This record gives sequence, structure tokens and C-alpha cells, in this order.
Amino acid sequence: MSTSAAERGAAGDATRIDEAALGQPSLPGSGRAARGRADNRAAYLFLAPYLVLFLAFVIAPAVYGFWISLHDYDYTLPGKPFVGVDNYLKLIDPDSVTFDNFWSGMRATGIFVLLSVPLLLVVPLVVALVMNSRFRGRNFFRALYFAPYVLGVAVVAVLWRFLLDANIGLVNQYLGAVGLPDGVAWLTDTPAAWAALVGVTVWWTLGFNAVIYLAGLQDIPAELYEAAKVDGANKWQSFRNVTLPGLRPVLAFVTMVTIIASANMFGQSYLMTRGAPGTETRTAIYFIADTGLRSFQMGDAAAMSYVLTVVLILLSVVVFWLFRERNA
Amino acid sequence: MNDNIPTSGFSRRRFLELGFGAAAASALAACGGGKSAEDVAGGTSSGEKFTGSYEGPKVTLSYWTGFTGGDGPFMKQMVADFMKENPKISIKENVIEWAQYYQRLPAAVTAGKGPEVGAMHLDQLATNAVRKVIVPVDDLGESIGLSEDDFTPEVWQAGFFQDKRYGIPLDVHSLGMYYNSDQFEKAGIAEAPSDGDSLMAALDKLKSSGNDQPFWMPNRWPAHLMFLSLLWQNGGEPYDSENAKATFDSDQGVAALTWMVDVVEKGYSPKNVAQDSQYIAFKNSKVSVTWDGIWQINDLKAAEFPFALSPIPQIGSTNAVWANSHNFYITSQAVQDENKLQASKAFIDWMSKKSADWAGAGMIPARKSVRESAQVAETTQAPIAAEIAQMKFLPPVPGLGDVQAQTLEIAVADAVLGKTPPAQALQDAAAKASQLMEANKAKFGA
Repeated sequence: MSTSAAERGAAGDATRIDEAALGQPSLPGSGRAARGRADNRAAYLFLAPYLVLFLAFVIAPAVYGFWISLHDYDYTLPGKPFVGVDNYLKLIDPDSVTFDNFWSGMRATGIFVLLSVPLLLVVPLVVALVMNSRFRGRNFFRALYFAPYVLGVAVVAVLWRFLLDANIGLVNQYLGAVGLPDGVAWLTDTPAAWAALVGVTVWWTLGFNAVIYLAGLQDIPAELYEAAKVDGANKWQSFRNVTLPGLRPVLAFVTMVTIIASANMFGQSYLMTRGAPGTETRTAIYFIADTGLRSFQMGDAAAMSYVLTVVLILLSVVVFWLFRERNA
Repeated sequence: MNDNIPTSGFSRRRFLELGFGAAAASALAACGGGKSAEDVAGGTSSGEKFTGSYEGPKVTLSYWTGFTGGDGPFMKQMVADFMKENPKISIKENVIEWAQYYQRLPAAVTAGKGPEVGAMHLDQLATNAVRKVIVPVDDLGESIGLSEDDFTPEVWQAGFFQDKRYGIPLDVHSLGMYYNSDQFEKAGIAEAPSDGDSLMAALDKLKSSGNDQPFWMPNRWPAHLMFLSLLWQNGGEPYDSENAKATFDSDQGVAALTWMVDVVEKGYSPKNVAQDSQYIAFKNSKVSVTWDGIWQINDLKAAEFPFALSPIPQIGSTNAVWANSHNFYITSQAVQDENKLQASKAFIDWMSKKSADWAGAGMIPARKSVRESAQVAETTQAPIAAEIAQMKFLPPVPGLGDVQAQTLEIAVADAVLGKTPPAQALQDAAAKASQLMEANKAKFGA
């Protein structure tokens, strides 16, 4: 799975978060009670097309996936014995083969999220702030920063794999030319591999977050800045008191989507490092894909996916709560 | 990569299959014209006996291979030649990188969207046989006239799974040693090193003639193939005779991996050689010696630099080298259409007889009679072909390739990167592999 797909998938949730964060004005009590029924029907009618797709392609597979996770499921074999929660128990039994692999994958995913999310929140914001000011060639630069995002993960990863090669790569060549250490093993040693994976991901996806920030910045009324100016606020103060509060709903969305996208990281480590050194950069999704699609142990893979999903849901709740609390 | 995500959803196709499939099956059974469920699943037979040629109406066959390298154009040419001679059968070739290939094939065949016929590696036959992706082709073996004395015993044996033949061997391919002949000449090395001492002597000479790091040690592909070759050379075996346990952590295994690590530690190779970089460096004359598959011959020829190929040196006590073989197969999907099935057999029959042409792709024909033809003797890989008796193949065990990818390959990578001492890396991986093999045994019942 590519990061971008996860982001697009999560975009559906974003609108809901936005609305919740902004606090939709509710209808006066009396009118609502009187018209409630008719309103609902119309609402469901409008929701129907999406609801059908949502049920067929999100809810049904999710339920089916849970059912799979309770079986020793290999679709190519005639027997798919029911094993109850065994697939889940394996994930908490230190003696099982999957235990080590899965939790080292979760650890890798965790490290990647911790390193990449802050950068993916801050760097695109800086870019968006610059792109929001007036200067010559602004549109050109806007396009330029967004450009890498249109590339597929395979293109990005293969490109950087060769650039970052320790012995024949251009990056080390240039580092050496300016007198810096030229023997960094970007793809086969940690922490250098993490720097490479995070760096490439930031370069690749920062355009997406920047565009959303930019839209958010353009929504902040100019009058607020003027008022701040009149009150004698300097640049930093108006950023702190006008820009940031104005961006809060956007920030909540971007944070959530970025966390989910980073937690779904797969292509970069699959293609650039192959999980090297050893399995240190093999993320949870990477291991799940290997288990389900290469070994065809779909029961195990489904169980792991559910554990990962629960962790992500909990994380989302925390983020959601953080952004709401300050709003209240 | 989106298409790699598990299609675990309760799809409409599956729903329809469950419902209508059952209805259709009973309808067919009622007519008395349908195949039994077991036939369709490929459990017992694969259609009518093959008569040697295709007589039915025009058909189109889907043909899957993984010939993405220098071997690709040759396969394309052979397919074109076949279609010219057999206008009734049209072949649609689909080329997918091997790593992806084995992932997609079971899914595609299960969904009825796969190939009727294709080529796969010898060590994958058992896995796909047990998954009922491919069907037995014993009658085809007979009609083509395959006989045991035309093959080395290992290639012959490995085509069988549970006493049935599943693959028709096309070629044999092994690891070989490529070297830059200009740099060898400059360093004053008269002939290709043939054992450990002469290899080290050659590397020292290359070092003193200007190439500081002449032999880069990869940590990934083909590192595990180098390891297996060395393990066999030391007299070890990766798995025990019942294929129930991993034994690659034996003393012989540790010695093999230690030798590889030493190449790095003694400075013949830089540290941290990332995937493919030893090969790219060789192509760019930065590396003088590299071990790789013989199927790379055409790719190296296209790079237009002076290189030669020789068997890998004998480092251990006996001579051995890892090898594999491409085999034709017929899928359970083809069995559902008698015409397609017969056409597939005609196609394989034709291809097998033309395997000398295939030598142009850098491969060694599997059949002795073809291998000893003049056409093969003139090829770059001829010196490797002479060593066919030394070639070792992995045993036909379902799921073994996958076990190896998760254990042995990672142990080799860890040791070569200097993360874990060889003995410990192998011990951990072998324990894990044994556990996985036990689980596979229970799962596949084989």
C-alpha cells in the first residue's frame, strides 16, 4: 500500500473531524423535533450512494477480515480450520515465530511515526507559509513542491535507492566532494536508514500537507491580521495568535491523516531497504503483507491487521481529544 | 503497490462463485458431461491423454513467465516462432518479475484469471502443486519422451511431488563467477581462479594492480545463493533428509558464512553493499569479480565491456554450486477447457523440443541430448554447462522458499552487514526455520 492511498482513504474522515471541531450550529429544539423524521429520510437518501459503497467495500471486508482472523486461512487450500483466537494469542506468546516478527514490525512502524510525523507537520507548514506570501514565480514554486507527490512510491523508492547507495550512490559522492563523511550506509544501517526513509518520505509527501495548509491559510480572514497589526502585534505574535488558532481544524485533520499514513508505511522500506539491517526497518504493514500475500497465512495477517487497527484507533482518539480539549 | 493489498474482502465474485458455482456444478453433473470436482481441482488427472499435436479449434492461451532480464527477448522470439508454426494457437505472454509472480499466480488461478500455461522454478513446483494451482503432467512427460537418463537425477527427481510429475524442465541455471577480463589481464592473472587459494591470490593481485576492493560481498540477492553453494561445498546440507528441520546452522554452514564475512573483513569488499550495487559496480568496471546467475549473461553483454564467466571456485572440500531450473506447468484453470488443455500441452511439447534455442538466453538446456549439441557448446555459459553434475537444487518442499526468505536470507544479510556473528545469526534463523517447517508440514500435510 502506498502512503498516498491511505491519505486519500482517510480524507473521508476528515470532513467529519472538521465539522466536529468547528462545532456545527444545532437547530432550535422545537423545530428539530417536529421535522426530525422527514429530515432523516432525506439525509439517508442523499447518503445512500456512499453508504452502499461504504458497506460493500469497507464494512463488509472488515467483518469478513475479522472472520478470517479466527481461522487458519489459506485461500489456496481446501481446509480453512477454525482456530478461535489462536491467531491473536500467537501475537502475545513470546515463543511463537510471529511474535518477534510482528512486534519488531510494530516497533519499526512506531519509530517511523515518531520521526516522520513531527517533520511532516512542521516542514509543510513552513512551506505553506512561504507559498502564501506574495512573490514572483509563486505558482511555479507551488507546483514544484507538490511535484514529488504525484510520483508513485515505486518511482520514488527506486530513484532514492540508487541515489542513497552507500558505495555507488550520488549522495555519498557529493558528501565526499564537499569534505563530509562519504561512507554513510543509508540503506543498510540504522540510524542512517531511518534518516533516509524519513527524509525520502518528507520529500515525497510534504506537498500534500502543504496544499491543505495553504487552503487553510487562505481561509483565515485578512481582517484578523489587520486587527492584530493595529494592536501592535509583531509577525510571531500574529502567527501565534491568528494563524495557528485559525488553522486548528486543518491541523487536527493533517495530524490524524499524517499519523495514519506514516503508520501505513510499506513501500519505502520494501523497496529501499528491504527491511535491512536484518528486519529492523521492516514495518508492521510490510510484515503483514509478507505473511498474508507471500506465505498466504491470511488468518495471521488479518489478526495482525486488527491489532494494528486498534492501536491506530486509540491513537486517533488521543489526537482527536487533544485538539478538541483546547477548543472547549 | 495498491494491487498487493490482500483482497480479503467478501467480494462479489466470491459470493457469486459460492452460489452459482455450486448450482452450475450440480447442473453439469446432472448432464453427465462435466468433470468431477476432483478432476477440476486437478487432484487426479489432467484431461485426455496428449496425442502429440493440437487438433481442436482456434484458442488463445494465457502464458505467464518471469523472464524480465536478458532472457526475455529470447522467450518472446520463441513464442512468435511457435505461433507461426501453429496458427491455431495464439499465445498471450504476460511477463511478471519472479518475486511478484509467485505472489500473484495462486490468486489469479484461483480467480480464473490466471494463465493456462507458464514457466516456474523447480523449487516452487511443490508449493504450487499442494495449493492445486498446477496439475500433474505425467502423460506429457511420456509423450515428449522425457526419460530419466536424459537428465541429472536431481532435476529429474525435483519435478515430482507425491509421485506425480508437475513440471517439464526447460533449462538449468546456476550461480557462476563473472570477472572483468581486462582487469584480470592487467593484474597478470592468467586463468580463472578455481579454488579458495587461487581466488585469494587473484584478489591480492587485483588489489595491487589498482582495484582496492575487487570483490564486493552482497548482503541480499544473490548472497543466500552464495551461502548455499558454499554450504554444499563444505559438505553440509541446508535441511535434513526428511525436510523436517533446518540444518544450515551446522559447522559447515558457519564456516561458509564466515568465509563470506571474511571477504569484507579482509578488505576485499566494502562494508554495507546494498542490494544490486555489486552488480551495477561490476557493470561499470568498479568491481573485478562478482558471483551472479548465468541468466545475466545477455544483460552484461549489452553493457559492452570485457567480461568472462567461469564456474564458482571450489572453496570447500567438494565442488558444488546452487542451481535452479525453469519448468513448464499447466494450471488447474486450463483443465476446465479441454481445448485449452490440449493446446497447452502442444505448446509445452514444442518449447521443450526447442530448448537449444533457449540457450541463447544464457541458460543451460536441461536435457543432456540438447546440452551436448554444438549450439550450446559455443555459448558463454558452456564452461558452466560442463559442471552440471556439481549443481545442487533445493528439495521440493511446499512453502520452503518462503521459509528461507524469512530466515536464512536474513541471517546471511545480518552476518554480512556485520550485525551478528555468523554462528549466532544462523542458529537463530535455523531454529525459526525449523518451527516454520513444522507448521508448514501440518498445514500442507506433506
